[in-house]
Amino acid sequence: MSKRVSTASIKQSIVVEAPIEHAFKVFTEDFGSFKPREHNLLSVPIAETVFEPRVGGHVYDRGVDGSECRWARVLAFEPPNRVLLSWDISPRWQIESDPDKTSEWEVRFIAETPSRTRLELEHATSNVMGKVGKACAMELMAIRVGRSI
Amino acid sequence: MAKDSAQLAALGDPTRRRIFELVGARPRTVVEITRELTVSQSAVSQHLKVLRESRLVRAEPKGASNIYHIDPAGLGQMRAWLDRFWRSTLAAYKVAVEKSVEEK
Repeated sequence: MSKRVSTASIKQSIVVEAPIEHAFKVFTEDFGSFKPREHNLLSVPIAETVFEPRVGGHVYDRGVDGSECRWARVLAFEPPNRVLLSWDISPRWQIESDPDKTSEWEVRFIAETPSRTRLELEHATSNVMGKVGKACAMELMAIRVGRSI
Repeated sequence: MAKDSAQLAALGDPTRRRIFELVGARPRTVVEITRELTVSQSAVSQHLKVLRESRLVRAEPKGASNIYHIDPAGLGQMRAWLDRFWRSTLAAYKVAVEKSVEEK
């Protein structure tokens, strides 16, 4: 049915003028400062996004009313080289706790020079595009428009 | 971009999201979809029309009725959205990290 849809991972990379340790630190500690705010499962605006820097930690959005949405779990935390996280958003616009229905995203940090770092991001979309996940990523789209209209 | 917005808007409605999920699980007819929901068949038809127009589902005639499938071309656009999500996140990250280096 959906054979023509690419199920390859989304892969992106970016080079930043920063030492690898600093690049890793900013990505994890300041994640909430640059993640687009319109990606929001809460019913209220996001006050902050928190990235808990340890395996078993979560990435969560905290709303202005104190409500929380934990939408990713930290699966690997290897400073300054790598983080691996889950993407826990279900087709029902809720947090998905069944690991078979979530996808994963990974960021690798590679020192190109002492002051320059390359980030390689890979979002394994096989689940996102899979039988359940199809609607999942659509939810993300709906969420985005839901907040802006 | 216009089509993208239409898809977003189409899924802003909870019943349409549910219909999209049902069709995503396996191809179904209007009757089969209606059986799973508490709304009327004509309401389901209206929702399917919106989903079709925004290229989230497509209809294939089978006998007297249509079988609804996920539209693979539409899903390609969805993938493009995720791609853009990460692109904008990484671009914003680059600005943030380089600014913090300057400030050190």
